[in-house]
Amino acid sequence: MAGYNMMRCGEFRTTYEKDTTIFPTPMSKKFALLGVLLCVVAPLQFGEFSLVSPTILTLMIQIGYLSIGALGLNILVGFTGQISLGHAAFFGFGAFASAWMNNDFSIPVFFSIPLAGVLTMAIGMLFGMPAARIKGLYLAIATLASQFILEDFFARADWFTGGSAGALANPFELFGFQLSGDRSYYYVVLFYMIAMYILAANLMRSRDGRAFVAVRDHYLSAEVMGINLTWYRVLSFGISSFYAGIAGALFAHYLQYVSVESFNLFLSIQFIGMIIIGGLGSVMGSLMGTAFMVLLPEVMQGAAGMITSTDWGNIPAITEGINFMKEMVIGLAIVLFLIFEPDGLAHRWRMIKAYWKLYPFSY
Amino acid sequence: MNWDLLIQLLMNGLIIGCLYGVVAMCFVLIYKSTQIVNFAQGEFLLIGAWVCWWFLTTWELPFIVGFLFTLGFMTVFGIALQVIVLRPMIGEPIISVIMVTIGLSLFFQASMKWMFGVNVQPFPRVFDTQTVEFLGFQVQTAYIMSLVISLFIMVGFAWFFKTSKHGLAMRATAFDQQVAQSLGISVKNVFAMAWAISAVVSAVAGVVIGIVNGVSDTLAFIGIKVFPAVILGGLDSIIGAIVGGIIIGLLENFAEFTDSQWFHVGNLYTIAPFYVLVIILMIKPYGLFGTKDIERV
Repeated sequence: MAGYNMMRCGEFRTTYEKDTTIFPTPMSKKFALLGVLLCVVAPLQFGEFSLVSPTILTLMIQIGYLSIGALGLNILVGFTGQISLGHAAFFGFGAFASAWMNNDFSIPVFFSIPLAGVLTMAIGMLFGMPAARIKGLYLAIATLASQFILEDFFARADWFTGGSAGALANPFELFGFQLSGDRSYYYVVLFYMIAMYILAANLMRSRDGRAFVAVRDHYLSAEVMGINLTWYRVLSFGISSFYAGIAGALFAHYLQYVSVESFNLFLSIQFIGMIIIGGLGSVMGSLMGTAFMVLLPEVMQGAAGMITSTDWGNIPAITEGINFMKEMVIGLAIVLFLIFEPDGLAHRWRMIKAYWKLYPFSY
Repeated sequence: MNWDLLIQLLMNGLIIGCLYGVVAMCFVLIYKSTQIVNFAQGEFLLIGAWVCWWFLTTWELPFIVGFLFTLGFMTVFGIALQVIVLRPMIGEPIISVIMVTIGLSLFFQASMKWMFGVNVQPFPRVFDTQTVEFLGFQVQTAYIMSLVISLFIMVGFAWFFKTSKHGLAMRATAFDQQVAQSLGISVKNVFAMAWAISAVVSAVAGVVIGIVNGVSDTLAFIGIKVFPAVILGGLDSIIGAIVGGIIIGLLENFAEFTDSQWFHVGNLYTIAPFYVLVIILMIKPYGLFGTKDIERV
């Protein structure tokens, strides 16, 4: 998993700081800055000409908030080695919490998003309590139960979620300006995404991050070395839920309507699919996996559109079954990745980088 | 207090609980012999029921013939699944194995919806008489049949593991894979057999529930409902699975009863088993009959 990296000739890491640095070479820093810059200019519009179409912009926003949630799950599953099948419920809790605080206590959306994160963190730590005693498979089943319990709570708690009618969420406001269009809200999501990714990358270099990895790799040794297992397991649940809560709040204020049904087991499975496809224990992998998971159905939709325009493809099995086919392909992608590429896209990306670094003498 | 309703619901609970017990038993069978948690257990029921329905309606076969064809199909299906998908996963970490079965469940559920639609389809009539008199109650024939079939399967399991050679081989493999292998048991075959048996027996349960309620993708939710049952009984105990299944079946119908009489909150039927699940995990994670895991460094 993490740690595998081909070093270039002449690149020596003589200190611990150099080994754990986020950007190993000046070039990688430049590339990261270039990536951020590209993201910043992407939605700009020059008169009639715009860089990306509105559809792509919507997808980018989706990737943005979902990737924050996926990163949270990756901290829990990939770095700490705990299993959670209830991430969508925490995502949903964040969405409702932000809408609730904004509607009932008139806290501005600007503050309610991080507050929703904190509230979800508390709930996540509560539901992470069983992790103190059980692990592995039992924990997976316990989190599955928490998914259903929270889902039931959403449907029941009218004061919090609006019950079956759902909750309305106000648009994001900053200094009296309403950021509700796709173009402006994109920057809110982008800001949160970059902040959360930097936070996670730095968390993994800190004392707590190393403790998480130690708990994952061998929890008995970790305990012998003085790491408080209970605390770090619950903390990991808390941090993961914090990320999920922020992501959910961003989702709520983007759609401006939160429905009770959207946070089901399928979304939880999709979240796990994202981090498995992206790569467990890889910060950037979470982003890649999310992008894969969001773009895959869109690509299928496009392909189906092309096929149905021909004569032999215009059959009900394809035109009406496309939604089921999307689900099938998501399931299939998870299975195939686990069998053929268990380290995910992040690993593949490292291999590609290593190949070009050493080109043409790859030995 | 509405005694008639209570007794009626508890009867339902007993019958559905027996079916939960059967499915939980299949789940435990796979877990015990191959150490895989099968999140796609509910899809076995779903596939079995749909395939049987297809034989009966599209091909218009008699029930017995269609049913036997279904069992044959599920045997092949179970073995193929083990060989193609789960054999490469041996030795992978637990999260990967769990995720493979979750991915499979997603795939099968969606493909069943794709092939057979999302509506509930009633089974063709299997019995001539719809209800029979039983202990003074009017009970549906299908219920009696499902009770008989579950008991039959449970006795069959007991016989298989106690007396047959293959059952002994499976128990040996569950006890210690390496020792079993050194005694000449083909662990590969045992794994394939475990999946085949599990798929077939789950399909029987699926067909039975399909006859009672009609076939739809809600059948797959039984695969989730067995988790409270197996955790309550202990993850590696076959007896525990049966007991747990019956308790959960009774419990959810009792929850339904209290809900309809006093609480009126709705949906308690579905959610009560999960509260129980969390409570058990907190106080007695290894269930009623499970073996306690002792870890040594």
